[in-house]
Amino acid sequence: MRPAFSVLFLTTLIGAGQGLFIALFFCELLASASLSPGFFVGGSVLVLILSSLGGIASVFHLGHPERAWRAMTMWRTSWLAREGIALPAFMAAVFAYGFAHWTGFGHTLAIGITAVVLSVALFICTAMIYAAIKVLKEWAHPLTLVNFVVLGCASGTTLAAAWAGFTAPNLMPELALAAFVLTALGLLTRSISLLRNARLSPASTLQTAIGIRHPKIVQKSQGAMGGSYNTREFFHGKSPAFVRGVLLMLVFCTFVLPLSLVLTLPLLAFVLQYAGLLAERWYFFAEARHPQNLYYQGNS
Amino acid sequence: MTQLALVIDLNVCVGCHACVTNCKQWNTSGAAGALTDCNPYEAEPNGTFFNRVQTFEVGSYPNTETVHFPKSCLHCEDPPCVPVCPTGASYKRKSDGIVLVDYDKCIGCKYCSWACPYGVREFDEQRKVMTKCTLCVDRIYDQKLPEAERKPSCVLACPPGARLFGDVHDPDSEVSVAIRERGGYALMPEAGTRPANHYLPRRKQTLTIRDEELYRSDNPHKIDGAPFDLDLPPTNEELN
Repeated sequence: MRPAFSVLFLTTLIGAGQGLFIALFFCELLASASLSPGFFVGGSVLVLILSSLGGIASVFHLGHPERAWRAMTMWRTSWLAREGIALPAFMAAVFAYGFAHWTGFGHTLAIGITAVVLSVALFICTAMIYAAIKVLKEWAHPLTLVNFVVLGCASGTTLAAAWAGFTAPNLMPELALAAFVLTALGLLTRSISLLRNARLSPASTLQTAIGIRHPKIVQKSQGAMGGSYNTREFFHGKSPAFVRGVLLMLVFCTFVLPLSLVLTLPLLAFVLQYAGLLAERWYFFAEARHPQNLYYQGNS
Repeated sequence: MTQLALVIDLNVCVGCHACVTNCKQWNTSGAAGALTDCNPYEAEPNGTFFNRVQTFEVGSYPNTETVHFPKSCLHCEDPPCVPVCPTGASYKRKSDGIVLVDYDKCIGCKYCSWACPYGVREFDEQRKVMTKCTLCVDRIYDQKLPEAERKPSCVLACPPGARLFGDVHDPDSEVSVAIRERGGYALMPEAGTRPANHYLPRRKQTLTIRDEELYRSDNPHKIDGAPFDLDLPPTNEELN
């Protein structure tokens, strides 16, 4: 699959936002007495900025953004429609949470638990958009969901540690430790999915694709001279060396460097981890081999 | 329940692309708007097509066969592209089983094309919506056309008649008989999409030409300059 850049930004930005909110909520749950409202208000603003940027990025994916409101209608069958509902709902709950802290309205735990539930729902919707595509075996697996949740929580908690460094230094060590554990967990779960995807054997072959049972079939013509949507959308078109480079960036920027930096320099760890997550999402697309590519193995 | 579909005979298709051209002509001229062409007369011509003909070489030289493979939406009975659509723009008609896109509802998110294992949906780069084969839904029911022309453009265009059109749920239809009696098969059955379109396989065919057929004077296969063989039986013309 060709990585869709707006989707890379959407999933990584809202993932970090959701993780940050869950971290904020646990801070309030476990250590509210020692925290000022500013920590929560500013944190909620950060979450809203991240999810708004993600929402804006997603618009660039659409051919007709002016019709984006229609994307909420088919929530009964489409995970994309469910995400379209869950994202604004989550943002509204986070806004209410920050507003309640700012005005001293109270009920912040109740609002917070609502937002956490919506955050988890949003994680499920986002991941299921990919995991629900049965023909893409690399994506159609529970590990997709696990990785979206763990990596979102890891980057969000790293950002929470950085945020605590400025506003609640006494909490920073605990948050950094949580970010360390989540990043290590992410390294484990993503490694499992990388190994799984590398060992997958495709369900379809050229033989089943055109229904001719002969071991030697060579494509002579794709039916188009200058390429087509099929050759543009489903091939990343990068060299194996480039893909290996992205994989290295994935491993080092998402996991290795943040693990070594988060306990001391969480802001730098977050910046590196975010860049690494963009590489991670790029690789997520690039490693998915779409069965339609079987029809486009020839040169012309 | 009606399920309209195409049945494509790979034993007959000669790879002439007449179906591609006529499909493009009909569907670019309709009320839904033109099918985009980018750089049509330049180095990298590309555009939106609902139907393409690909060519494969099967076997090792010298025992090879060239197979021309027309590829368009298969109008699956369990279409994976439909439930994923967030707007309901992609839908399967209950009345005749045609899978269609409502271009006024499509937001151009391309999610449906990711879900389709066959790669038969094409995003139109100018209209910014997903497009696909409609089985010429705007002509197969047109009462103003003579009944013989109420067929998809590709079917009407095919010179050797490799494309059949009809209801695959009617056991007595031309397409159902062809599928049943000529080994019709579906593409990628492992995808679980139950395509309505079927393909008829290549068949071993031999053509025996006897000597007298080459020598008979009225035969277009007659070898020029070869002596006329009086021992051969007389032709119909000579008898009359």
